[in-house]
Amino acid sequence: MRPTTLDPAAEQALAERCREVVADPARIRVRFPAAAREIARTPGTSPAPGGDRIEDRVRVRLLDALAQGLPDPDARAAEVRDLYRYGDADERRAVLLALPRLGLHGRVVDLLHDALRTNDPRLVAAALGPYAATYLDDEAWRQGVLKCLFVGVPLRLVDGVDQRADDELRRMVADYADERRAAGRPVPDDALPLLTSRET
Amino acid sequence: MRIFDPHIHMSSRTTDDYQAMYDAGVRAVVEPAFWLGQPRSSVESFVDYFDSLVGFERFRASQFQIAHHCTIALNPKEANDPRCAPVLDLLPRYLAKDGVVAVGEVGFDSMTAEEEKAFARQLEMAVEFGLPALVHTPHRDKLAGTRRTLELVRAAGLPMAHALVDHLNEVTVDLVDDAGAWLGFSIYPDTKMDPDRMVAILQRRGLDRVLVNSAADWGRSDPLTTRRTGEAMLASGFSEDDVDRVLWRNPVEFFAQSGRLLLDVPDVDAGATFAGNSLLRGERA
Ligand SMILES: [Zn+2]
Repeated sequence: MRPTTLDPAAEQALAERCREVVADPARIRVRFPAAAREIARTPGTSPAPGGDRIEDRVRVRLLDALAQGLPDPDARAAEVRDLYRYGDADERRAVLLALPRLGLHGRVVDLLHDALRTNDPRLVAAALGPYAATYLDDEAWRQGVLKCLFVGVPLRLVDGVDQRADDELRRMVADYADERRAAGRPVPDDALPLLTSRET
Repeated sequence: MRIFDPHIHMSSRTTDDYQAMYDAGVRAVVEPAFWLGQPRSSVESFVDYFDSLVGFERFRASQFQIAHHCTIALNPKEANDPRCAPVLDLLPRYLAKDGVVAVGEVGFDSMTAEEEKAFARQLEMAVEFGLPALVHTPHRDKLAGTRRTLELVRAAGLPMAHALVDHLNEVTVDLVDDAGAWLGFSIYPDTKMDPDRMVAILQRRGLDRVLVNSAADWGRSDPLTTRRTGEAMLASGFSEDDVDRVLWRNPVEFFAQSGRLLLDVPDVDAGATFAGNSLLRGERA
């Protein structure tokens, strides 16, 4: 993730909140949900799964502060899991985006499973980042990729497709493409590279 | 006639209701957290409910171009159940969210010690989060409950201008009025307050700090009683501007104190989804 670009007042407010969270990690329970209002947000709503939104970046920075304030990874994992559990869709998305930075190893893979059970393209996309590429088991990861094709998440947002795509995934995508063609419906462009790479 | 219904439980209503409300002029609502008729038996059940108030219900309303807000609280009835009371510890997470415009419904149901404890604690939370409080007054022993309510608001240090005391009637209105709190009236189809009695109260004491709501929920109720009240006001000589004041500007003024009103509703996209679910039946084209 690129560095946050905030105006100076917002940057100062964020830095203050981060210091507060480092000193008293439980404060993240009210600072994280309020972050868009208290610090900064991108105006309007964007359903785009790959959208780059200021409030996402602000919340990721708060989670960085949490990681600093809670050096014990089990305590940190519990706090992160609760932020997800009690979060709205925006908060959950920010948690998912931050996962690779939090040093949690495989502790919160259950959050990926939860996100992939939804049909929310913004959550599905955020779930399939580098954390999933490393820690999500093959079966769930393949189902996640297939779900992207179904709900319209561009595969360029999925981390590690080139490295992790295997014959089983290619078979699943080929079957999906056959089904679409049989129904007279177009095959998403995103599926094509995975189809070709099997044929060659 | 533009209408802001400051107290309506939309989770219990249908899309037909949303359409009828839009057609009647409703453009904004507040949905207070309350009980569901069927008692909850765990904190987890509240979490799922709060989740839908800040998520799916807001989405449903937006599909009818209605701005949806909510209030969050442990309601007085379920404050008596030791399995539910621990939800109090989770409330701060929700009170920090956008679109949560008050703590509520708090108040009394049977005036028990447990109710009073939960009520007092949540009034403190309102102070801490800079939020107004929406207070339910009991159906039984209403006058005593209302009196005790005002004492607790004072004790918590919540400014009276941040308290909306709801479900008032001819017997309780003056008590709350004299205290300087906001006055909520729930207009039901055949019980409690009706539009004509509402108009009589407005004629007697004026329009200041008055909010009219349908309180429509899963019971016998009508989401259009706000509109009926506006019509009754016009029929008895109030002006269009008076109606706009009671049905729009007053609720906006009260809830704007939260700093969290979201009155801009995105344009309707019939195919839009919430977490991948649209309101359409069957497949999208
Ligand atoms: Zn109610």
